[in-house]
Amino acid sequence: MSHPSRFLLLIGPLLLFLAATYLVPFLGVMRWSVTLPASGLGQYKAALGDPLVLTVFWRTLRICAAVTVGAVAAAYVVTLLWVRGGPMQRLVVELCILIPFWISVLTRAFGWLALLSNKGLINGWLQALGVLSEPLTLVRNEFGVVVGMTHFLIPFAVFPLASAMRSLDERVLMAARGMGASRARVFWQVFVPMTRAGILGAALVVFVFALGFFVTPAILGGGRSVMVAELIYLRIFQSPDWGLGAAISVILMAGVGLLLAALMRQVRQGASR
Amino acid sequence: MVAKIRAAEIGAVNVGKMFGTFTALSDISLTIGRGEFLTLLGPSGSGKTTLLMILSGFEAPTSGRLTLDGRDMTATPAEERAFGMVFQGYALFPHMSVEENIAFPLKVQKRPAAEIKRRVSAIIEMVGLGGHGHKRPSGLSGGQQQRVALARALVYEPPVLLLDEPFSALDKNLRGQMQEEMRRLHRETGTTFVFVTHDQTEALALSTRIAIFEKGRLQQLAAPREVYERPTNRFVAEFLGEINILPLSGLQTCGAVAGGRFEEQALVVAPSERPGATNLAVRPEYMRLHLARPDSGNAVAARIDHLTYLGAETRLALRTSGGANLTLLMPTAELPPALEPGTAVWAGWSESRGFLL
Repeated sequence: MSHPSRFLLLIGPLLLFLAATYLVPFLGVMRWSVTLPASGLGQYKAALGDPLVLTVFWRTLRICAAVTVGAVAAAYVVTLLWVRGGPMQRLVVELCILIPFWISVLTRAFGWLALLSNKGLINGWLQALGVLSEPLTLVRNEFGVVVGMTHFLIPFAVFPLASAMRSLDERVLMAARGMGASRARVFWQVFVPMTRAGILGAALVVFVFALGFFVTPAILGGGRSVMVAELIYLRIFQSPDWGLGAAISVILMAGVGLLLAALMRQVRQGASR
Repeated sequence: MVAKIRAAEIGAVNVGKMFGTFTALSDISLTIGRGEFLTLLGPSGSGKTTLLMILSGFEAPTSGRLTLDGRDMTATPAEERAFGMVFQGYALFPHMSVEENIAFPLKVQKRPAAEIKRRVSAIIEMVGLGGHGHKRPSGLSGGQQQRVALARALVYEPPVLLLDEPFSALDKNLRGQMQEEMRRLHRETGTTFVFVTHDQTEALALSTRIAIFEKGRLQQLAAPREVYERPTNRFVAEFLGEINILPLSGLQTCGAVAGGRFEEQALVVAPSERPGATNLAVRPEYMRLHLARPDSGNAVAARIDHLTYLGAETRLALRTSGGANLTLLMPTAELPPALEPGTAVWAGWSESRGFLL
């Protein structure tokens, strides 16, 4: 058997599975978007002309951008401790990454609710200490959504960052130190730029995951910070607007595709330079 | 041209290094003079790289002290010593251009922009990289990357330049070229070079002095000619190249000469102060092949075991009547004709070429 056919035999079942579970349904959604309720691009025009839809898109972008920056920055610190710390630090980081990883997204969202709500732990402590007289609104708004999503997505950013930090040549850092560079200069001018591909990769993973978030914004946003996924759900399951919901899905998908292509190019350019 | 650097003298006093229970270095004392080109030579695991790391400040010695121009620098961190360093594999900054790589140490020292520009372009010319300044290291060949590493380490005129097996990744021709380049840079900058290698030829060709290490101990520290021709022990003698070792019996010293017997032949050699040195050692290239016993000098009777033709030279393996193996290296042009395995010959050498070991 020649190599291409053996390759097809091995990868074939997976491709068929993906086609049946992702491609075919997605093509169906695309068809809805141009046929329901009537043929044509009417639903796209309606979606992009609807101020509510645009508000939701804009909010989604804003929240995802904030979550990406927050999660990648936090993950960078965590990964640094994990990859370059002592055995004790490593163990603590592993526990702190893995344990939340095993807890369902729903449980974690309710956990944040318990922590951040007006009668929650944080407001309770701050009031008991006399720092606040009125409770601070930490949840049922964008802030709560960002906190919950950032926390959920940190582990996803850790792995691309860890692989970038592990493959870094220690001697390059020594070379910089040997020339008299301070720790801060070595970190910002050598270490961080050399992990650029890992940062971009982590940002991409977090951003794309964040775009499709449903449970966390629904619980921590309290219906006031609706994001695209929740909007699509509402359009399809709670109103007969299947065509509009489908059109929004396709727009979201196209946005993710463009973003992926742009970032891949960035990473590849960075590698080839 | 780069101005002459104010070179420094560095010293190690009773330096030792343990990794857990493993002794990487024990009791090393040496002084590396201003403007010297000192090579740390030894097989892998001999401690030479550990000593370089201790001199650079990346590793702390477990015992002993280090000095820089007579002042103690044992506790001075690497970034304050700021010795130039060329790493195995070059360790260039992959995200910076050649110019930015070379400018890095000058920016660390906060030199004025105009000076940085002038110095960087001067050293780029000096190492022969003109026109490559805007490239990234990944766009350069191994030899060119090596030059960038050298330029980056020399541009800020460090008092000491440390080099960790810098040529190990280069092919043989390029090695020769880079050795030439190193000698020139050493001459032109005048700074103190400390060079680590496991390549004997490289060490002999480049150094003003060679420090030979084995199992964490300094075996000998001397000029190339001396370590090659007057090694202080068998390890040094054998590490630097092939050598014939003939055990002598009845060794006696009489004034400026010593004599003993090897397989019924009386052999003469310069006396040695070291007690227990009873082997006569001769390098293969100092032995000559004779068909009859030569009139002067030492000679040992043997038969040819086999010949290896190497072009300009021929290597001869001989076996003495007592069963000892000898190796001779002779210019092919001086070889007597009609030699074949089994031919009875004499291996002779001038008395001054042998030494006791």
